[in-house]
This record gives sequence, C-alpha cells and structure tokens, in this order.
Amino acid sequence: MATETLTLGKALNTGLRRALENDPKVVIMGEDVGKLGGVFRITDGLQKDFGDRRVIDTPLAESGIIGTAVGLAIRGFRPVCEIQFDGFVYPAYNQIVSQVAKMHYRSRGMLDIPMVIRIPYGGGIGAVEHHSESPEAYFAHTAGLKVVSCGNPQDAYWMIQQAIASDDPIVFLEPKRRYWEKGPVELDGPLSEAYPLHAARVVRPGTDATLLAYGPMVRTCLDAATAAAEDGRELEVVDLRTLSPLDLTAVYESVRRTGRCVVVHEAPSNLGLGAEIAARITEECFYSLESPVLRVTGFDIPYPASRVEEEYLPDLDRVLDGVDRTFGW
Amino acid sequence: MAKGDPGVTTRGRRAAPRSKPKATAGTGDPELVQLLTPEGERIESAFGPDGTEYRVDFTDDEYRGLYRDLVLVRKLDAEATALQRQGELGLWASLLGQEAAQVGSGRALRPQDMAFPTYREHGVLYCRGIDPIMPLGLFRGVDQGGWDPNEFKFNMYTIVIGAQTLHATGYAMGVAMDGKTGGDEGEAVIAYFGDGATSQGDVNESFVWASVFNAPLVFFCQNNQYAISEPLERQTRVPLYRRAGGFGFPGVRVDGNDVLASYAVTRHALDNARHGQGPSLIEAYTYRMGAHTTSDDPTRYRIASEVESWQAKDPIARMRAFLTKQQIVDESFFAEVDEQARTESVELRERVLAMPDPEPLTMFDHVYPNGSPELDQQREQFAAYLASFEGSAH
Ligand SMILES: Cc1ncc(C[n+]2csc(CCOP(=O)(O)OP(=O)(O)O)c2C)c(N)n1
Repeated sequence: MATETLTLGKALNTGLRRALENDPKVVIMGEDVGKLGGVFRITDGLQKDFGDRRVIDTPLAESGIIGTAVGLAIRGFRPVCEIQFDGFVYPAYNQIVSQVAKMHYRSRGMLDIPMVIRIPYGGGIGAVEHHSESPEAYFAHTAGLKVVSCGNPQDAYWMIQQAIASDDPIVFLEPKRRYWEKGPVELDGPLSEAYPLHAARVVRPGTDATLLAYGPMVRTCLDAATAAAEDGRELEVVDLRTLSPLDLTAVYESVRRTGRCVVVHEAPSNLGLGAEIAARITEECFYSLESPVLRVTGFDIPYPASRVEEEYLPDLDRVLDGVDRTFGW
Repeated sequence: MAKGDPGVTTRGRRAAPRSKPKATAGTGDPELVQLLTPEGERIESAFGPDGTEYRVDFTDDEYRGLYRDLVLVRKLDAEATALQRQGELGLWASLLGQEAAQVGSGRALRPQDMAFPTYREHGVLYCRGIDPIMPLGLFRGVDQGGWDPNEFKFNMYTIVIGAQTLHATGYAMGVAMDGKTGGDEGEAVIAYFGDGATSQGDVNESFVWASVFNAPLVFFCQNNQYAISEPLERQTRVPLYRRAGGFGFPGVRVDGNDVLASYAVTRHALDNARHGQGPSLIEAYTYRMGAHTTSDDPTRYRIASEVESWQAKDPIARMRAFLTKQQIVDESFFAEVDEQARTESVELRERVLAMPDPEPLTMFDHVYPNGSPELDQQREQFAAYLASFEGSAH
C-alpha cells in the first residue's frame, strides 16, 4: 500500500482528485478554483484534468455559489463548494442555514442535499481582517448540517472523500495555517475502511489530563503535551475531528481516565464549542472529575489585527497555563 | 493635493486658460466617453449613451494638478508594493493602471460628498486628503484603517466584496431623508466596486434599493477586467454600464484611463444626484496592470500581449503627452513632480518602518460603545496573565 508524505493542502487536493475520478456527479465550484487552483491552490490542476464543467469558476457571489449548488444537488449532482475565506461565508449564510440545512427535513426526506462546503478557516497566517475567523459554532448550532475539521494530512485526504460521499450536507473546515504541514498519508484502500468521519481520535495517549482540540489546535496541543511531558505530566490529546455531531463517547472515556480536561479552540469562548463540551462533560462525568473543565480559547472580540494575533490565538504557553490551572484546583 | 497647488477641487472663480488646448470634436466610440486620447489629443466634448454631453474646462494649473496627483498616487502605490515585498506589509492591493479612474472621480467629489471604497481606492483616499500612511497601517496589520470616516467623508475600506454598496445606499437614503438634496449645496454619495463585485447579491440589491428610493448615489465600477483570476466574461455577458437600465437609472461607460473624462462623467453624475435626480452607474473601463494583490500570480491566467496593449493606454503617459504638446509645462515641471514623488515616498517608507505594533491589551478596546463587564473581566485576566511573564522575555 502506498504511503506518501504530503502537506495537508496536497492531501486535500489528492482527495478531491480521487472523488472526481470515482463519481462523475461530483463537481467542484467556487471563486478562482479553476485556472488559479484556488487562492490556496487546493484545487490546483483539477480543472485542467477534469474540465471546466466539473471544476467551475463561479461568479463572485457566495450566496449564488451555495444557492445554485442546492439546485445541482436536487438534480443529482454532488457539489463541493469552496468558500474562499472563513470571513466571506456570511453572504451565503442565509442559503446554508435556511436552505441547505432544512431541505431534507422540509421535504420530509424526499430531497437529499449531498453537498460539501469547504472553508479555509482560522488565523495564524498574518492576514487582513475577514481572513482568520472561526465560524464553526454558527454552523454546529444549526440542525441539519454536519460540521467537521481535519487536523492532519491523513485525515484531510480521507475525510474530504468521506464528506463528499456522504448524503449529508457537510461544512468542511480546513485549518488554513496547517495547509503547509506535512505528514504521512495512506493513499490506498476503500473509503469505508478509513477511520470513520464522525469519530474522535486519541492522537496522543496520556494519563494526567485530557486536552480536547480540533483543526489547527491539534498541533498546538500535541506540542503542549510534549512540553508537559518534560515536566513529568502525561497529557492525553483527543482530536474531535467532527464538531457536529460531537463524538462524546470518546470524550467521556478519555476524561474518565484522566479526571481533568481542558478544551482548546481558536474561536471565541462565549457560546463556543468549548462551552457545550464542558457542560456535557460536567453532566456525564461529574464524579470522575478532579477539577472543572476549563477552556483555553480566543477572546470574545472580533479577530484582531494580525500584529496582535499571536496574543489572541491560544498557543503552547496558554494551553499549559490552562493545564496548570486545572491542576491547581 | 500638494500644498500650494490649486488643483481641480478649487472651483468657482476660474482663471481663463492661458493656452487654450487644441481640441478635436466628437467621439469615436459611442460606448466610451473619452476626452483625452491615448496619444494625448484633447477631445472637446463627448456624448453618453443617453445623449448627455460631457466636457471639461480646466485651467493650466488644474491640468498640472491632475498630472501631479496621478504621479504621486502611482508612486505611493509603488512604494507600498515594495514595502510588501520587503516584508513590511502583509499584503498590498495595487491600483497600478487605475490612477485616472480614481483621481478623476476623487477630484470630482465635493467636500460634502461621501465615498464608500473597496480595499483598492488609495487614489480616492489621497484625493480626500487622508494621510497615505493610513491604508499602509491596515495592510501592515497594526490597525484596521485609522482615519475618521466622517471627518474625511471617506468610509472604511471594505474587503467583503460588494458589502459597501449597501452601506452607501443606506447612507444616501439618509441624505435624502435629511433633506440634503435638491440644490447645488446638496450632498451626493459614491460607492466604489470592481467588475467582479457586480455579480454579488449585495450590489444588485443596492441597485434596486437606490433606484426605488431615488438615493443620491453614484455607483462607480472600476472595470479592471479581472476579479483575481477571473476575466470579465465570467461575471457578465452584457457591458456592465447597461445593467443600470434594467434597474431604472442611467449608466455610462467612461475611458477609465482618461482622467479628464473620468472627472467629467463623475462630476455630472454627482451633480445629478445632489440635485435629487437619483442614482446612476459609471463603468470606468480600465485595466489592472499588476497582480490582483501581492499574493496573486497573474501569469497563471493572463497573457503578456494583453498587458502590453493596455500599456499603450497608460493614464499618465497620455496626460504627459498632452501637457507637452500644448506647451502647458516644460521639462522642468516633470522633473519637479518626480522629485516630489520621490521625497514623499521616502518619507512614507520611513514612517511605515517606524509604525509600532499595537499594545496587546488594546485589542479589547471598542468592542462595544458602552463596554461590557464580561469583556472587562477577560481583559483584566489577560493583563494579569501577561504580567505573570514580567521579567521573562515575553
Ligand atoms: C464576499 C467576498 N468574496 C471573496 C473575496 C475574496 N476576493 C477579494 S478581491 C476578489 C476579486 C474582486 O474583484 P473585483 O470586484 O473585480 O475588484 P478588483 O479587486 O479587481 O478591483 C476576491 C474574489 C472577498 N473579499 N469578498
């Protein structure tokens, strides 16, 4: 079986290519996805090989991209939409939450909307405003949508294919600052045997406390765990992978083992995923907990100017500070 | 506008031109209002598609002022591009090639008029009298645009494509509700956007609103032929200025590389708006000579011969040819303007390099006009956290 070292971006590109090969109904659409290969080149070379009817440069209209994809999906296609940056999904928000998410329910199951909405998200690349946001909670809050995020190249390659093959509408969040990070990718094998899309995964086992993360923060938490190990603390890192629905069973198992938990995300804390997770753990694992579930997150402010984003983003030190607090209880 | 340079915004008592420029009458392309050919020939007047006659009557000083504006704006833009290349700016959206559209329309604004820009309107910003350091701060990442939109009558840059056209429409509706239209002193509003933006729902919705509310608004579309990589044909099958007809207001296409025509057409549309005659659409037909932004790679989607053909229509070259032919200036004038541009760009560079990063705690400021106890607490906690590093390298 072929294992290759790929960047997360290239892994997504390869996964998209395979999806286009495997199903003639798959179409990719978005702004600049064709000739340019997307502003991050995630669709690089796909239009050249599959033609401009399968890889479609759309007008510059996010609402139009999602709205026309709904029609294509009803007609039997499997559209994969690229939203160029997180901060530009909001013009399409109405279509996503009011149409995409509800079509199946409203039609009492007679219509499927098997579409994937790819969004490069999160900060850390020194971008201007509207290019660094974490909008996951908006979508996770909406019934009818599934929300996933990949944290390494292996998951990127498999999860994008699983998302496209799924009949659910899926918001697929790509941690843009990890696009250039490399890792091994197992390229062969049937999709059904790949690690399930909706399962969380322990990416580093440990005994003293659990770090829960997803997307860009998985790497940060792994680094924090390595640093903590030098101080004699064994942290377990769990990659949630799917944000809606959450794989709470895996979460509870880990927290029951370690007795302490810190949830880490870039998005603001107020009504963020961490709040939900902390509440659930408190409800389910109360007697296993040595201390309250803590959150290390972005602040409740608009994403700040890039010269202060390092202060805004949870980093290794802030994660370790959170860990210290959970032990200080 | 440079100090001591009367320029074209000082209207009213206007000295008779000392050397009346030679002018040809009539216009070649009925779809393109032009008053200065690429060769630098003056055209006395030109007609829009609805029969409107466009002409300008500038003094020599005003012609000189426009030329100076074009050169200074181009130089500022070049300096910013260089600063980005040297890692001093995170990004830069260059206006190279679009100077005439921006200076022409920017100088046509009266002090009371309000402008709603995109992220590329550095030339208009300059015409509004805003310190050119301001957009560099935004692109450097030390702030998100530092000027006072009300003081300068120039709104924040807008990055979400098309969003500002609705803001402009609402603002213009407010102008009308305040009773500030209907005469020479009336206020007008201008909304800038690109050809790609015309596909956005917001832009189309703003056309509808501006039309039915008769908003004193000029839609100024700089058709620079591309939206990042996508050519005009990917946005539209009809000339953009003709869209206006479907929404019920006039549309006109102007040579966007001709500063005189850009001025004339914009001034006319603004005056109509301020007099209560509602919105109009101007399509400034121009070309983006450089990359979309400094992160773009235009060789992937654009051919060299196309760029060359537009080079021959350069807005500054034709003004220069005109000024020379008409003997409005001599060579020393060009040298003096170039020297001013050089000095200003050196100054600008020094000031950019000296721009401090913001204090971390300032990111909590101005989230809510009246503050928020939760946020105050978060700020205090973060301050304490930062203080815990005191003495260490943090
Ligand atoms: C709503 C939205 N979608 C996508 C983008 C990313 N983007 C920035 S500029 C641009 C192209 C804009 O083209 P156009 O409107 O023609 O203006 P130009 O930059 O050419 O002046 C795109 C796709 C954005 N800023 N906003």
